[in-house]
Amino acid sequence: MRIRRILESDHLSGWAFAFPAVFLIFVFGIVPVIWSALLSFQKTNLLSVPRWIGTANYQALASDPLFKQSAEHSLVYAALFVPLSVAGGLFTAIALNRRIRGVRFYRTAVFVPVILSTIATAIMFLWLLDPNFGLVNFLLGRVGLGPYGFFDSATGALYSIVGMTVWGWIGFDVIIYLAALQGIPPALVEAAEIDGARTWGMFRNITLPLLGPATLFLVVWSSINALQLFDEVYFITKGGPGTATYVVVYYLFSLAFQQGVAGYAAAIAYVLLIATLSLTLVQLWAGKRLVYYAS
Amino acid sequence: MIIQPSTDAPGADIPTADAARLPRPTARERDAAFLFSRWHLVLIPIAIAMLIPMVWMLVTSLETLNQTRHFPPELLPHSVRVRNYTDVLRDAPFARWFVNTMIVTVVTVAGNLLFCSLAGYAFARIKFFGREVVFILILATLMIPFQVVMIPTFLIVRDLGMINTLGALIVPNLAGAFGIFLLRQFFRTLPVELEEAARIDGASRLGVLFKIVLPLSGPALATLTVITFLWTWNDFLWPLITIYTPNNMTLQLGLTTFQGTHQISTNLLMAANVMSMLPVLLLFFLAQRFFIRGIATTGLKG
Repeated sequence: MRIRRILESDHLSGWAFAFPAVFLIFVFGIVPVIWSALLSFQKTNLLSVPRWIGTANYQALASDPLFKQSAEHSLVYAALFVPLSVAGGLFTAIALNRRIRGVRFYRTAVFVPVILSTIATAIMFLWLLDPNFGLVNFLLGRVGLGPYGFFDSATGALYSIVGMTVWGWIGFDVIIYLAALQGIPPALVEAAEIDGARTWGMFRNITLPLLGPATLFLVVWSSINALQLFDEVYFITKGGPGTATYVVVYYLFSLAFQQGVAGYAAAIAYVLLIATLSLTLVQLWAGKRLVYYAS
Repeated sequence: MIIQPSTDAPGADIPTADAARLPRPTARERDAAFLFSRWHLVLIPIAIAMLIPMVWMLVTSLETLNQTRHFPPELLPHSVRVRNYTDVLRDAPFARWFVNTMIVTVVTVAGNLLFCSLAGYAFARIKFFGREVVFILILATLMIPFQVVMIPTFLIVRDLGMINTLGALIVPNLAGAFGIFLLRQFFRTLPVELEEAARIDGASRLGVLFKIVLPLSGPALATLTVITFLWTWNDFLWPLITIYTPNNMTLQLGLTTFQGTHQISTNLLMAANVMSMLPVLLLFFLAQRFFIRGIATTGLKG
């Protein structure tokens, strides 16, 4: 009788329903977070038996010039990617948020790049920006400029990656902003019009404040993503020319999986985690003071 | 962001026919009254900038190698080279990569639909021991970037003997915190009376989930499907770490080896690239609404 009651209880059925997913997330989501922390205090090349070395990995990190460079490149990338994609997305969304001919076509053109893979996008841009036969250099040649090396040039490679990833992600910002714009009550806009608000005043005092939550979300989200830049760097530049495009995740990948310095790489991973979480917290804290929530 | 069961997905539907019923024209409708809006002057350059990389890829994929090096393009109707596409299929195990990617994607999507439905329902409706704590733990994993945990994840998958198999790509992704959260939120918006009535009539929990809850959850399941499809199809870093023989590669990984061996044959590379995108593009045009909604709700990932 008692066994039957347990078998029919919500505790058992609840766990039975949740177990497969919870188990998978535990093994592949929660265990690795703890294991990563342990690895960062060990010396291991993924094959040998790990050896405990205390905080030596973190100490080495503090004086590693290539880590410093990678972190700088990641921050420069984020500092360009985040404002460009968010502001570009805002501008495009405002242009798209109206009933004009062909707006469906324009929206599709802006959305499609979002669904393309990083590799597919990189292949297109490698060809577009090719130093010898690329379309962009052909066009620049017509007006007497270039040819530029783009991904091949130490000064331009990181900026070229910024441009390419903004192209690939701007549609995401547009989708979020369009959703937010459609949430603005028309009555508010009409009231402002009756009060004589001009286009710019309307944007500055009505639209922009109401888009605050969307902007905050996009800034947080884009920053997290920017710090995880990897695919494009691995595929196009391999961190080069020289070390011009070494970014944190590329450095971490090459240490762990190409040079076999996994413990040290795990320390970098944890620094990245803490940096990401702190940046998010700071942005949310600043957002709380700056962003106006309607409800 | 809250996922709503109604069809008014963010950004999904473009207001059109109702314009006439509005009491008085706003700035937007006045724009529409003109045959030509000044906003076209902004939007045409934007559209060109967004489309040129793709159009140029398509053009190049139909040229001979010699033609690719000329500008303006020498593409004439009689010289369109569809052969590039068959050449790609001949030169690389492209069909194999395609099938691998399809298997991984379909199984991952199916796994997510099943396991996230079960777990999402448990977290939404069944009160069981430890529910709140476990749910918060699962949500917390959304905050951890994959790059931070990829080294131990690799070690776990290696210890399970799955390195260099499709299993490495499938098993760790069969269920995700995002899907559980998405479905739990959706299930909670459904009227609970319906489920209670079915329970009183003697239906099991499983019966309620499959016969009542899931049939009402089409939009949420579609959103989870397209997003999981997109993530899996486009994933690169994890296959890069776990797969090393060409026969077991996915398209994204295969493309990089193809690029390595065909650096000079730009036309073939572009043809390969076009083919790699086709399934995602097809799905996008078939289910644009769910893509837009899905992309808008991935915000949860941050």
